[in-house]
Amino acid sequence: MSEKKRETPLLDELEKGPWPSFVKELKKEAARPMVQDLLGQLERSYEEKVGHWKHGGLVGVMGYGGGVIGRYSDLGEEFPACAEFHTMRINQPAGWFYTSTALRTIADIWDRHGSGVTNMHGSTGDIILLGTKTQELEPTFAELTEHGFDLGGSGSDMRTPSACVGPARCEWACYDTLGAVYDFTMQFQDELHRPAFPYKYKLKFAGCPNDCVASVARSDMSFIGTWRDEIQVDQEQVKAYAASGAIDVQKDVCDRCPTRCMSWDGKTLAIDDVNCVKCMHCINAMPRALAPGNDRGAAILIGAKAPIVGGALLSSVFVPFIKMEPPYEEIKELIGRIWDIWSEHGKNRERVGEFIQRIGLGNFLEQIGLDPVPEMIVAPRANPYIFYQDDVFAQPGEEA
Amino acid sequence: MSSAPRKTDIGPPHFEQFLPPVIKKNYGKWKGHEIIKPGVMVHVAASGDKLFTVRAATPRLLSIATLRLFADLADKYSGGHLRFTSRNNVEFLLSDPANVDPLIAELAREGYGVGGIGPAISNIVHTQGWVHCHSAASDASGVVKSVMDELYPYFAGTRTLPGKLRVAFACCLNMCGAVHCSDIAILGVHTHPPKINDKDVPKMCEIPSVVASCPTGAVRPATVDGASSVEVIQEQCMYCGNCFTVCPAMKMADAERDGISIWVGGKVSNARSEPKFSKLAVPFLPNNPPRWPEVVAAVSNLVTVYAAHARKFERMGEWIERIGWPQFFKLTGIPFTKYHIDDFRHAGETFRRSTHVRQSKEAET
Repeated sequence: MSEKKRETPLLDELEKGPWPSFVKELKKEAARPMVQDLLGQLERSYEEKVGHWKHGGLVGVMGYGGGVIGRYSDLGEEFPACAEFHTMRINQPAGWFYTSTALRTIADIWDRHGSGVTNMHGSTGDIILLGTKTQELEPTFAELTEHGFDLGGSGSDMRTPSACVGPARCEWACYDTLGAVYDFTMQFQDELHRPAFPYKYKLKFAGCPNDCVASVARSDMSFIGTWRDEIQVDQEQVKAYAASGAIDVQKDVCDRCPTRCMSWDGKTLAIDDVNCVKCMHCINAMPRALAPGNDRGAAILIGAKAPIVGGALLSSVFVPFIKMEPPYEEIKELIGRIWDIWSEHGKNRERVGEFIQRIGLGNFLEQIGLDPVPEMIVAPRANPYIFYQDDVFAQPGEEA
Repeated sequence: MSSAPRKTDIGPPHFEQFLPPVIKKNYGKWKGHEIIKPGVMVHVAASGDKLFTVRAATPRLLSIATLRLFADLADKYSGGHLRFTSRNNVEFLLSDPANVDPLIAELAREGYGVGGIGPAISNIVHTQGWVHCHSAASDASGVVKSVMDELYPYFAGTRTLPGKLRVAFACCLNMCGAVHCSDIAILGVHTHPPKINDKDVPKMCEIPSVVASCPTGAVRPATVDGASSVEVIQEQCMYCGNCFTVCPAMKMADAERDGISIWVGGKVSNARSEPKFSKLAVPFLPNNPPRWPEVVAAVSNLVTVYAAHARKFERMGEWIERIGWPQFFKLTGIPFTKYHIDDFRHAGETFRRSTHVRQSKEAET
C-alpha cells in the first residue's frame, strides 16, 4: 500500500482565489492513502490533459442492480490506494434538507468505509459518496440502511427522482413537490433499484413554471406546477412597487408579458387571465403583489434528455393540467402504461423521448390511451405525409 | 456480520424529520420573500413568521471535514438546520436574524462566500471530469474553479447583472450536467474518432451493440487479422462517444485534441419566453490546465457583453433573440464559422427562412 505524499504543483494553483477550492477539500482528507493517490492521479491528468479512469465495472450490493458506479484506475500500479474507486449514489432527502445530525451520520459512515470525499449533490440529485473499494460496499450499505438511508438509481432504471424546495419555503409552489417526490420514490423502489428498462427514466417535480429543478430539460417526466384560475393580485402592493421606483409596472411587467394580457393605468393592474400562459414573469417581478391562483395543480411533460444518442430534447406537454393530490393513483397508472409500452418496444438505450419521436406522438398517445389535445403542440403538422387509418371513415359519433 | 435482517428498499428518509420548526409550522403557507442583501433572503409566512436563508458557495466536491463544519455552523446559528440547492450551494435556515452576520463572517473565514441569489451568477452545475469519470474530455472542477474565481463579483453581488445568469459545465456530450439549456454552457468535446483496440473489442464488447450504438451508422463490423472487430467510417463520426459508452475498447480521450466548446442563450424557466436550448458560440478552445485561461476569458467576455447590453430581467437568450445573432457575434467579437451552422437532423430549422435581416455594410464582406 502506498503511503507516499504526492506532489501536486498544478493542483496547488487551484487552492488560490475567492471561489471555494475542490483541491482544498481533497487535501482535508489527504491523510487517507486513497485521497493521497487520487491527488497524485489527478495531478497526472493535469500534466497529461487526459483522464485516467477505466470504463465502468460491474459492482454493487446484493439484490440491487443500480446505485453503485464501478470505477478503476488505469494507473492502478502507480496509485494503488485509488486503484478501486467506486461511487455510491445515496437517495437524497426530498428538497435536500438535512439536520446537522443527519449530515454527521453520513460523514461518519463515509469516514469508516470510504474516501471521505463526497459530492453534495450529483447531477440527478443523489448524495454522491465518491471512492471506495468493492469490499466496503456491503458494510457501507448496511450502515446506511441502519440509519434510514438507501441507494439511488443508476443504469437503465428509474433514476432517483428529485424536487424543488416547494411548499417548504416557496410561496409559488402549486403543489407539494416534496410530498410527491417522496411518494413516487417509495412507490417505485423496485424500478429504482433493479434496472429493467430500455434506458434511464427520470422524474422531476417543479412547483411552478420557474422550474428550479430544470425538469423540462432533464427529466423523462416533468411535473411542473401551474394553475387554472386568476392570478391573485394585491392592488395596494402593486401601487407600492410602482411608488418605490423599484419596478416600472408598464415597462418591466406589462411590456414583458408574453401574451400582453396585462394593463396598468397607474392605479389598477388589470389582467386578462384567459390569455395568461402562467409564465411567472409578473409574479417573479412583484412577489409581494402577485401570486399564482388557487386552483392549482401541475402540467405533466414528457421526454426530455441530453444529446446522447439521437440529440437533445426538451420535454413536451403530455397532460396539460392535473390535480396533484395523494395517492396520485391516476398518474401512477399513467406511468405504468408508459413503462409497459416503452419497455416492450423501446430499443436498447432509447429514452422515452426518442422512442416517441420514432413511433410518433400520435401513435404513442393511442397506445397509452390518452386523447390528443391541441395544448400538446405548437402548431398542427405542415407536411401532408399522413398515415391514414380506417377511423377517418367513421361518421361523427360512430365507433371507428 | 450482524444477525439483524438485511434491510432493502427502504427509500430515502422522510424529509419532514429534517425540516426546521418554522417550516413545519408554515409549510405551504408562505406569503412572500425578499432578498435582503447578496446571499441572504427572508421568507414571510401568512402567520407573520420569518425564515432567513443564508446561501453559501460550495465546490460541490466536499470533504466530510466540511460536512462536519457545516453541521457545526448549523448547530451554532440555525438550530441544526440546513439544505443544499439544485445548483449545489449550501443554505442555512435561520430563525434569528441576529445570527445572519456572524454566520456570514464565519463562512467567509472558512472560505465559503455567500451570494448567488436573484440577478446574479449562482454556482456552476457541473460533472466529475478527471476526478472520477472515464469519458471526460476535460476536467470539470478545475474549469469551474477557474471560471468562478473570475466571475466571483457577480456571485458575491459586488457586480450586478440585468437578469439571472446560469452557467453549467459538462465534461463530454453525455452531459451529466445537462448543460444544454443554460445561459452559458461550457462543454468538453472530443474532436476525433475513437481509437479502436482490435485485440480488446472481441473480449470486452458485444459487436452488434457497438454497431447499433452509433447515431450516424459510422460503426461497422470488420475482421481484423482474422478476428472479429469493428471499423469506424471516419468522415461519418461526430465524436459523441456513444460507442465508447458501450465498448471500452473504443477509446475517445485524446490529450492534444480534446478541448472545450461554449454555448449560450438556453434557459429552463418559462418566465417571459419559453425554455430554450443553448446555441454554439465558441466551437473549440484548448484544454489548458490548471487555469484554462482561454475558457475563462471567453466566458468572462460573454458575461461582460451581456451585462452591458441586456435589458432588466432579460436572460442571455432573450437578449440575443432581441438583437439578433449577427449583432451578438459582432458585439462579442466571436468569429462566425461553418461550425456554427447545424448539419445534424432537422438542421434546416435553424436556417433563416426570411429576409428579416438587419442589413449592414459589414455583412457584405
